[in-house]
Amino acid sequence: MQDFGSAFTLAFQLVLNADADLIEIILLSLKVSLTAVLLSALIGLPLGALLATARFPGRQFCLLLVNALMGLPPVVVGLMVYLMLSNAGPLGWLRLLYSPAAMIIAQTILITPIIAALTAQVISDYEREYRELFRSMGLGLRQRILTLLFDARYSLMTVSLAGFGRAVAEVGAVMIVGGNIDHLTRVMTTSIALETSKGDLALALALGVVLMSLALLVNALVMTTRLTAKRMAHD
Amino acid sequence: MIKRQFVQSIIAGMALCFSVAAVAADESIIVQSTTSTANSGLYDAILPQFTEKTGIQVNVVAVGTGQAIKNAMNGDGDVLFVHAKPSEEKFVAEGYGVERFDVMYNDFIIVGPADDPAGVAGSHDAVASLKKIAESQSAFASRGDNSGTHKKEVALWKAAAIDPTADSGKWYRETGSGMGATLNAGVGMGAYVLTDRATWISFKNKGDYNILVEGSDALFNQYGIMLVNPEKHPNVNAEAGQTFIDWILSEEGQNAIAAYQLDGQQLFFPNAK
Repeated sequence: MQDFGSAFTLAFQLVLNADADLIEIILLSLKVSLTAVLLSALIGLPLGALLATARFPGRQFCLLLVNALMGLPPVVVGLMVYLMLSNAGPLGWLRLLYSPAAMIIAQTILITPIIAALTAQVISDYEREYRELFRSMGLGLRQRILTLLFDARYSLMTVSLAGFGRAVAEVGAVMIVGGNIDHLTRVMTTSIALETSKGDLALALALGVVLMSLALLVNALVMTTRLTAKRMAHD
Repeated sequence: MIKRQFVQSIIAGMALCFSVAAVAADESIIVQSTTSTANSGLYDAILPQFTEKTGIQVNVVAVGTGQAIKNAMNGDGDVLFVHAKPSEEKFVAEGYGVERFDVMYNDFIIVGPADDPAGVAGSHDAVASLKKIAESQSAFASRGDNSGTHKKEVALWKAAAIDPTADSGKWYRETGSGMGATLNAGVGMGAYVLTDRATWISFKNKGDYNILVEGSDALFNQYGIMLVNPEKHPNVNAEAGQTFIDWILSEEGQNAIAAYQLDGQQLFFPNAK
């Protein structure tokens, strides 16, 4: 069990030394996962709000589907994206396989259902509250969705964070479509998998500690923004 | 106002997406290779020399030999550098590769726990050792992933006239994962493991494990390199790929391989003709 102790010491040293390779890996992790969250939010927030607000045949089925897709295994997403982007696949001509863009695509597919499903949940609560008001004002669907998204923005930050957490922590998809190529597609999780496979468990665990600290930092930043914005809104 | 911000954030997202995609567009090749070569640190040692000389960036995708060959068949790589000669020859014969060259070799070994329940320590006969392991029903962790090492293991069981998969899940345990993961699992459950020497030397979670069986002709481990056929996959960067193959077969490349040591031990022995 001494691995735990040495892992924390090692993690501390890694961060203190500001090792150039480690920084590159951390930055790529952030770049890939934050971009994926941004794209997923652009798709998932309106989609979730639409599912919660509009009434159309097949809506329940769509909600069921989106909820079920939250459980998509990363490896399966990775495999699907690989088959699409492979040179033998339909999108091979894009030459995106083994690039950060491929990793972004995979993570976007992985977390869009999460963001959409959670958004639908959050927005439907708001929608129940606002329904009478909307009716009396005679607002159209578009305006209703925009209003709901705006008023629920703080809760939706948490929704996006859930998406980020899933993206930055997954290894199955980015390993397949990124290839864990040094200085090109190596991110935190694939590094951890690599060090584990080298039997360097202390280093792997240390990288895990760094990754968790990173997630903590991002969450703290968002929470601070949220609290500050709320306070300013109440002043 | 909100609309403009929305559009701006979309554009920013797209720009970010493409800026990271552009990194892959430099003069570079993708080498589909195996975990044993990558995990041992060989590439970290020799590739900078090649890149410095030619300006070509070499991106290594390290997977099991079976998956590497499959990826190369799909045209997702310019060069294939693996260790399962029969599969490589089949790859070339079917037109997926141009020509196969021997690059280097080392050997496979059987590692096991210090108490050695099957009593194989010190043996130089891999096939006889596997028979003993099977007879004593001692735990054996197999890659089970169609990798080069797995193919070698299957061939050894065949030579021993034993079908271990009949006892899969009992004493014969197929991890279905990479060499490192299988060694971790093997060390964790006290199972014998067939591994290549390079991975073993660089492996850090050895526990009380030692090399028990080595030095048998049957354990020879040959690595081969070949260009993915550009006639099959026009996207293949044939020129840069061939430059890499020529370099690794040249005296300079071969010397670089021979010079790589870990803990004072040479991991790979060049044998290009």
